[in-house]
Amino acid sequence: MAEIRVEHLRKAFGEFVAVQDSSFTVEDGEFLALLGPSGCGKTTTLRMIAGLELPTGGTIRLGGEDVTYRRASERDIAFVFQLFALYPHMNVRKNIGFPLLAQGVPKAEIKARVEETARLLQIDHILDRPVSGLAGGDRQRVALGRAIVRRPMCFLMDEPLGTLDAEFREVMVRELRELHNRIHATTVYVTHDQIEAMAMADKIAVMNHGVIEQFGTPQEIYDRPASMYVADFIGSPPMNFIRFTGGLARGARTARIGAAEVAMPELRADVAPGELALGVRPEHVRFSDASPLRGAVYGSEYLGTNQIVTVETEGGLVRARLPAEQNYRIGEPVGLTFKSERLSLFDAVSGRAIPSALYEGALRREARHG
Amino acid sequence: MSSANTAHSVVEPSARSKRIAATLVILYAVITMIPLVWIFLTSIKSPPDSISYPPKILFTPSLEGYCNLFTTRTRQTPEYIASLPPPEGMCDAVTRERNMVIAGPSNFLPRFTNSLIIAFGSTFLAVGLGTLAAYGFSRFKVPLADDLLFFILSTRMMPPIAVAIPIYLMYRQLGLSDTALGMMLLYTAVNVSLAVWLLKGFIDEIPREYEEAAMIDGYSRLQAFRKVVLPQATTGIAATAIFCLIFAWNEYAFASLLTSGSAQTAPPFIPTIIGEGGQDWPAVAAGTTIFLVPILVFTILLRKQLLRGITFGAVRK
Repeated sequence: MAEIRVEHLRKAFGEFVAVQDSSFTVEDGEFLALLGPSGCGKTTTLRMIAGLELPTGGTIRLGGEDVTYRRASERDIAFVFQLFALYPHMNVRKNIGFPLLAQGVPKAEIKARVEETARLLQIDHILDRPVSGLAGGDRQRVALGRAIVRRPMCFLMDEPLGTLDAEFREVMVRELRELHNRIHATTVYVTHDQIEAMAMADKIAVMNHGVIEQFGTPQEIYDRPASMYVADFIGSPPMNFIRFTGGLARGARTARIGAAEVAMPELRADVAPGELALGVRPEHVRFSDASPLRGAVYGSEYLGTNQIVTVETEGGLVRARLPAEQNYRIGEPVGLTFKSERLSLFDAVSGRAIPSALYEGALRREARHG
Repeated sequence: MSSANTAHSVVEPSARSKRIAATLVILYAVITMIPLVWIFLTSIKSPPDSISYPPKILFTPSLEGYCNLFTTRTRQTPEYIASLPPPEGMCDAVTRERNMVIAGPSNFLPRFTNSLIIAFGSTFLAVGLGTLAAYGFSRFKVPLADDLLFFILSTRMMPPIAVAIPIYLMYRQLGLSDTALGMMLLYTAVNVSLAVWLLKGFIDEIPREYEEAAMIDGYSRLQAFRKVVLPQATTGIAATAIFCLIFAWNEYAFASLLTSGSAQTAPPFIPTIIGEGGQDWPAVAAGTTIFLVPILVFTILLRKQLLRGITFGAVRK
């Protein structure tokens, strides 16, 4: 196992720039999720690490070694494809043993290692079946088996759960994480599903338009989003943005939104007057009749354990995650309060978060990762 | 009838339309089979039966045609024939009844062998080159790929015989006239365009991920091609091979123009049988029957692939 260090990685397809100046490090044994919508450059980044795509610029180091322009077959990596790419003309055993065959491992050892891997993944009973008849989950496990059997420096996975149905995906998320806990393989996992990323990854890199918007632990990304894009992409429902105009000084602890004075974490920078957005997670919104920040109930979604109530305010729609017991009538006037220490403030024009006490440390680290 | 309560979107054809379809298929099969059956029957008739009018449906089968096909014979006086030792084998006996003796083997076997070598050799070359070229066009950014593909296809836009004279002159200059190599190269050149186009379609259908997986698994591109792409392209390769083989096997015009002696193939040879000692239809029919066998065997062996090749693109696996 080894660390993966990506520096100023760039890939252009003709005019189109798929990945712009990305830098990040996946530490030894760490699970990184590259998260973003389709077309954000996450798969291209992964394919460059794998050697399936050559970068236009930048370097990739695996375990300290520069492999930027080396062939895929000469990098000690394993790749799990979205559609698994199990060789259809081979059975399960041959599929898993195929990478070992390339390395010239003796037959007896291939057999032993394939069987050991199959036991680990609990597919030892289907070893001699053709891959064409396998169910989605078993295909997934065979693809994983083919990856782990060679004990590579790192695993690269391209949306490996994308084709499974929702119920089974949860099972596989758990299995993958358990597998990672057991073998501690450095892993880069590409997904557009924030739940997969949050549930499995040690670190998440949120990508958009070929740029890494934020790199950090799932908690950092959720609690201290570096940009409105990240805040909006992560969380279901996503973060609320209450837009207002104003300027704030370093050290400010409140912001004036309409008639209300809203408390928030102490600002660590001056904010020139302009368009701003206050970011509030739905679970940090409460109703309070005394609050001067007013709105009217717009609708609600009952989710069993809780409910999402949408409130129409001057600053736009605000969603609140509230206990399921209370009933709200549509049009009912309500006052809103926020959990002040968890609020984020964004420059609504650039979309970047404004440093505050909440972000202490986080943004600095994010800046280093570019 | 049952159409009212059919819940499926794909409606099972009714019994009547099935019967109509079956009748049409059988009718078509009968029409196409009649000449083949006629040729086979002629090959086992005796020469007088073969030219009797009205044609005989019932007759005593005879292998005289096959005997005549494989031998050359000379006419002798009855006295001379009577002086010979007893005939060895059936062909000897049949020949003597016609006041002839076997002078030696005919040219049919060497011509037939030429056909086998040239047809299978050129098929192998065309499919081999075609597979590599198709893989290249399918997977790599080939400069001017579309123009090149059009250029390759354009060699098919006229009947090959249109270039017969230039090729005849060129072959004479190069010393390729009447050589197996020359015929093989010619058929390869004609077939390679078909092979590239057919195979490109098949290879396009094989997801790149398989090769990428193999390359990550530690194989070079060529190894990935051999171990992963080729096994999955077998259907396409087999279908392409049949088409190439049928062309090379049946080709008559170039063969009669460019070969006359040692490299002559069976198609231009078979008609010449008729000239030897009267109108020997059974011998011609026997030659044709034997000529049909290899292609028949090859097609039956690969019929599944051929069917897939014909319906290619219609059904996605």
